[in-house]
Amino acid sequence: MTTMEKTANVPEPRAADGDGTPLLQVRDLHVEFHTRDGVAKAVNGVNYSVNAGETLAVLGESGSGKSVTAQAIMGILDMPPGRIPQGEILFRGQDMLKMSAEERRKLRGSKIAMIFQDALSSLNPVLSVGYQLGEMYRVHQGLSKKEAKAKAVELMDRVRIPAAKERVDDYPHQFSGGMRQRIMIAMALALEPDLIIADEPTTALDVTVQAQVMDLLAELQREYNMGLILITHDLGVVADVADKIAVMYAGRIVETAPVDELYQRPAHPYTRGLLDSIPRLDQKGQELYAIKGLPPNLLNIPSGCAFNPRCPKAQDICRTETPALAPVTERDGAPLAGRGSACHFWKETIHG
Amino acid sequence: MGRFVARRLLQMIPVFIGTTLLIFLMVYSLPGDPIKSLFGPKAADPATVARLRHEYGLDKPLLEQYWNYISGLFQGDFGQSFTGRPVADLMSEAFPVTIRLALLAFGFEVIVGIALGVLTGMRRGKFLDQFVLVLTLIVISIPVFVIGYVTQFLLGLKWKVITPTVQDSENLGQLMIPAIVLAALSLAYVIRLTRTTVGENLRADYIRTAVAKGLPRKRVVGVHLMRNSLIPVVTFLGTDLGLLMGGAIVTEGIFNIQGVGFTLFKAIQTSEGPTVVGIVTVLVLVYLLTSLLVDLLYAVLDPRIRYA
Repeated sequence: MTTMEKTANVPEPRAADGDGTPLLQVRDLHVEFHTRDGVAKAVNGVNYSVNAGETLAVLGESGSGKSVTAQAIMGILDMPPGRIPQGEILFRGQDMLKMSAEERRKLRGSKIAMIFQDALSSLNPVLSVGYQLGEMYRVHQGLSKKEAKAKAVELMDRVRIPAAKERVDDYPHQFSGGMRQRIMIAMALALEPDLIIADEPTTALDVTVQAQVMDLLAELQREYNMGLILITHDLGVVADVADKIAVMYAGRIVETAPVDELYQRPAHPYTRGLLDSIPRLDQKGQELYAIKGLPPNLLNIPSGCAFNPRCPKAQDICRTETPALAPVTERDGAPLAGRGSACHFWKETIHG
Repeated sequence: MGRFVARRLLQMIPVFIGTTLLIFLMVYSLPGDPIKSLFGPKAADPATVARLRHEYGLDKPLLEQYWNYISGLFQGDFGQSFTGRPVADLMSEAFPVTIRLALLAFGFEVIVGIALGVLTGMRRGKFLDQFVLVLTLIVISIPVFVIGYVTQFLLGLKWKVITPTVQDSENLGQLMIPAIVLAALSLAYVIRLTRTTVGENLRADYIRTAVAKGLPRKRVVGVHLMRNSLIPVVTFLGTDLGLLMGGAIVTEGIFNIQGVGFTLFKAIQTSEGPTVVGIVTVLVLVYLLTSLLVDLLYAVLDPRIRYA
């Protein structure tokens, strides 16, 4: 009871970094998997950064490398077969790839936490949720079993699980899908990390619960002033909570933009295709739009722009030259902050 | 939980009656006359035979004999063997020996089996894994009596590391090698089973979560991986304990250990009905109880399983 009172007051939001270094910065990250069939290049030079209190949404189809990037940041890639041949992942200016395994372990959970997609399989089925939540405190802060349990109850209250005290000894299978995802969120939140990576946190939930869980996540993020990387393929989820968006395709970022601008004026044909494939009420009865073809085989990524076989605007140059992520400007050359597109024809795409 | 246990215990009654009756019928349909075999090669005096037959109740109808036996059993009387010794005495000699041997073998299975299983499961495809896999394959494919005789020959007769047969069944050191021989086959299965479940669970999502939580590797393996991986292994070990308790006729025979298997084998050879039925009855009970125990343990290990 006493511990509950002590920590019930809301923690102060963290002061933003004075020196201007982003919370997390990924620089030219490459990840490849060595398989029997060859080398699968899952991530091919990804750059992005997240500041405290900021939400970056990483958008892309399955196999676009968005989850692999996140796992590389967390340091939970299976290596081997995975390998990071080049790149840097700077957390508060320090390259995590150069840290020792023990240093990285201490960051995991306490400074950077991750929320996984399927809470049922991501929680240990044979341990009570109270135990799994309390583990964070026991391992990282050395609390006793009893104190950790009290903290777990508190956490469950924070994520609004009803009757937390009675349910702390229940097992994951005894909770509903939405409640389970709340437990996952609580677990990530336990030590008030600086950065949370949410890997499709609502994909396994039904639509009504999706909104609740996203709202909760956004609210907690604001409260703790955390950086959030939201990995998703759901454009609807992104629009509400993200500050900026990075669209990934075949292991590369093909477009970055602040969230509203991306929806209004996409500067890459792939993004346009994604937006066009959202079903719309005013087009009821018409055939739904879909991007032709399939995502590329990562063992054999097409030369030039990886999107060229599926792109309606592809020209010869797209098959030979890989476009770099170029800054996107207004028609008159005025810069657009935070916008970039890896398309040879971004001008035509954005300005018609 | 309580109701589950009560129901299981009640279920044991028909199983118990059924098995004893079956064993009773089987023993009495064995060829050979136990009374006549008492006389050995000498010609039996028909009057004495008839008297003994009456004394042991063998002249009554089979079902009545069974009834007499069963009602005696409920008063704690296992009857008398044809050599005149109470069956209870025979069993109290044989069972401690077998229990010692079984527990040794069991301990060996648990410790070595799980340790090797976890090690190989986590290092799939590496040298140790391949080596142990081949080794278990060899053990599984060679019959126990070959392993037993070869060990006895090499260790006992050729290199004289151990006494070829067990002289003193209270000496755990002497029981060690027979216990290992006895455990060998199950050990191989325990290793393979553990290896498979560990290898599978290692790729499970919740292990990834545990790593992402920043838990030390020791804890990821010791708490998150083991707890899940051991569930099927415990089930196997539980049934195996029942089997080991049943005595290993072959192993006990090779190393001349006067345990349950040995006694049972002798009793069958000499058509010692009461001894056979007595021992088998106890074994059936042991088996029923261990399987109940395994079921209960299963629920303790896996909260998704609830008994009502």
